[in-house]
Amino acid sequence: MTEKRQHFDEMLLNGDGVRQPYGAYQEWFSNEDPTRLTKKSKEAEAFFRRTGITFNVYGQEEAQERLIPFDLIPRIISNREWARLSKGIEQRVRAINAFLHDIYHRQEILRAGVVPPHLIAQNEAFLPQMIGISPPGGVYTHIVGTDIVRTGEDEFFVLEDNARTPSGVSYMLENRETMLQMFPELFSQNKVQPVSDYPKNLRRSLAASAPVGCNGKPTVAVLTPGIHNSAYFEHSFLADQMGVELVEGHDLRVVDGRIAMRTTQGYQNIDVLYRRVDDDFLDPLNFNPDSMLGVPGIMDVYRAGGITIANAPGTGISDDKAIYSYMPEIVEFYTGEKAILKNVQTWRCSEPDALQYVLDHLSELVVKEVHGSGGYGMLVGPAASKKEIASFAVKLKKNPSNYIAQPTLSLSTVPIFVKKGLSPRHVDLRPFVLVSPKEVKITPGGLTRVALKAGSLVVNSSQGGGTKDTWVLED
Amino acid sequence: MLGKTAGGLYWMFRFLERAENTARLVEAGFRIALTRSSDSASEWKSVVTTAGVRNGYMEKYDSFAGPTVIDYLLRDTANPSSVMSVIENARMNARLVRTVLTTEVWEAVNENWMTLKEALRRPIKETELPGILGTIRQQSALVRGAMHGTMMRNDIFDFAQIGTALERADNTARIIDVKYYTLLPSASFVGSPLDNVQWETILRSVSAHRSFRWLNQDDMTSSNIADFLILDSRFPRSLSFCCRNMEENLGFLAKDYGVRMPCNDLVERQRDKLRAHTIGSIFDEGLHQFIGAFIRDNNAIGMQIEQDYRFNG
Repeated sequence: MTEKRQHFDEMLLNGDGVRQPYGAYQEWFSNEDPTRLTKKSKEAEAFFRRTGITFNVYGQEEAQERLIPFDLIPRIISNREWARLSKGIEQRVRAINAFLHDIYHRQEILRAGVVPPHLIAQNEAFLPQMIGISPPGGVYTHIVGTDIVRTGEDEFFVLEDNARTPSGVSYMLENRETMLQMFPELFSQNKVQPVSDYPKNLRRSLAASAPVGCNGKPTVAVLTPGIHNSAYFEHSFLADQMGVELVEGHDLRVVDGRIAMRTTQGYQNIDVLYRRVDDDFLDPLNFNPDSMLGVPGIMDVYRAGGITIANAPGTGISDDKAIYSYMPEIVEFYTGEKAILKNVQTWRCSEPDALQYVLDHLSELVVKEVHGSGGYGMLVGPAASKKEIASFAVKLKKNPSNYIAQPTLSLSTVPIFVKKGLSPRHVDLRPFVLVSPKEVKITPGGLTRVALKAGSLVVNSSQGGGTKDTWVLED
Repeated sequence: MLGKTAGGLYWMFRFLERAENTARLVEAGFRIALTRSSDSASEWKSVVTTAGVRNGYMEKYDSFAGPTVIDYLLRDTANPSSVMSVIENARMNARLVRTVLTTEVWEAVNENWMTLKEALRRPIKETELPGILGTIRQQSALVRGAMHGTMMRNDIFDFAQIGTALERADNTARIIDVKYYTLLPSASFVGSPLDNVQWETILRSVSAHRSFRWLNQDDMTSSNIADFLILDSRFPRSLSFCCRNMEENLGFLAKDYGVRMPCNDLVERQRDKLRAHTIGSIFDEGLHQFIGAFIRDNNAIGMQIEQDYRFNG
């Protein structure tokens, strides 16, 4: 390879050979016939199509259901690396829950002057309806998908906290299943920590968060916006794997102060609702009155302690990109410890000095909408044309507080399998965290998203990203 | 089980059944058009009428030619009952109820959809038609096989069976309804050549030509055919068979849930009515009236089931 290497590659060393966690894998790979692997890769695609592991893309008539491309080279993380990562994630998730409780109660962190009050009060993600409500067991974020990027051997950054309704866990599980089917021999040669307990743990974790008044085995259900939602596959997959009902808003109503689902034999109470519907659509009586996706009155039942909603409404205030920039202080404020995982340096465009800096350096920065997700509405400076930068600057000046900016990180790469062999591509990592009143549990691994276009930094599936199986080794 | 899920299962299996029935209608029409010198336009017209899509068809075309009828019934997604439309719908319902289907059933439905989407992508050439019709039948059989081989025999299975039986009864009854006049007893003992063509079409559209011949040898009379299609409890597409099947599965539900529902009464009434008749008494009452009443009652049972088991609220 003659290409000049500037990025940290997690597999291939600069000179020759591979990094330690990839040792056994590399040995296997070098003995494989590339044509066999190409065939396997096609088989994997057919398998995903047949089992319907697809996602819907909004606004595309053709190809309404698309596959997220799967790359067969695993991303491998050593146990030592994972130990540090998971410690850092747990610390962060605990801090987020403490922060949410505080923000919706005494607001000590605002009084202490750590976070400016206007960032909360004027934030769309802040739900005044949640003030004074304590969710069952004190848990706000039952499920978190922390996005992590790496830039070097020991350089890990949290990119986003995803504390609302993180998605992608079904791909983590199905990617592993696919690898187990295609290459069983790899799993006897490498001691890979299993991920398959996730649905069982999710159910347990949700059940443990049931309202105090719930006696007997809690009834859990998954609330989906419906069959046309881009993540519908995941919703039905999780309901299926947990053995619980998959409900839509119109299956539910308030019956005697409880949320109940319409079954063939009448209405049956639900104790814990794992909702995959945004706050705004949750309750037309309390939030967006036009919502057809939610349950009228569910917030009143929630307030009275009649149901657990996971994640709690209003958690968006903690993964807001403007709040994100205060995360190191937030972690320290609630845990008394320095944050183990780093934050990416962030310019808040609401601040005049920062805005000026960002405007002067647009071609070097990544600018994101404060509430945006999915890679939409963002500017990747180094990849943008002069014209794109100019028109983005206009938008930015019009509404600065809607944006934050970050340096373009030199994301690590992991090779993908291409016709000629291996070719490095940028990746990120989304481990999945379960929080119950008893414990914080992190599944070893997560979803590795990979930008399939050479040099691209955008890993989102809606923008041409793919996924990889993610291994955490046992030793 | 959620009411919505029960409804999803019921409709999923109604749609799957409909796809197969439509394919069979086309098959019968195609065969008659090829082998008989009769007026094929009127044959295709009755195929369209039986499929219950005559109004929609007339909005688009003004004559009944084989290629346009075949296209409309198999491929046209503007036709809500075309094979492609109902397979789309069946799959959409399968996605809706995915949590209660075994992997095998889900994959069979999904493959059915993928296969037909590919097979029906372009207008169908005459030479390809037999192969495509065969594929449609085969794909249905795969779903049914997966269903019988892997699903638990509980309320999930019951709702699937009920949807199938109700749709099938409706289909057979509509075939008789459209062609009832050819089944009326005529003065002559042996049917005219024209009758023979009509009778063969009817039998072929319910895949009964061989079993009927096997049972009746060459004793092909209108009364025998009507008897077979309406009252023969051995023939899986007869009204009697479908009705019994529905009654049985609704009975399982009542037992399972410990509650008898109004739909149980309706289906028993329908069964009693069929039992009380002979083919002679049906002809006395009037075949057309009898079939008309059956179709209405069958629909009413469907609507009662939707209500009793809270499909929609």
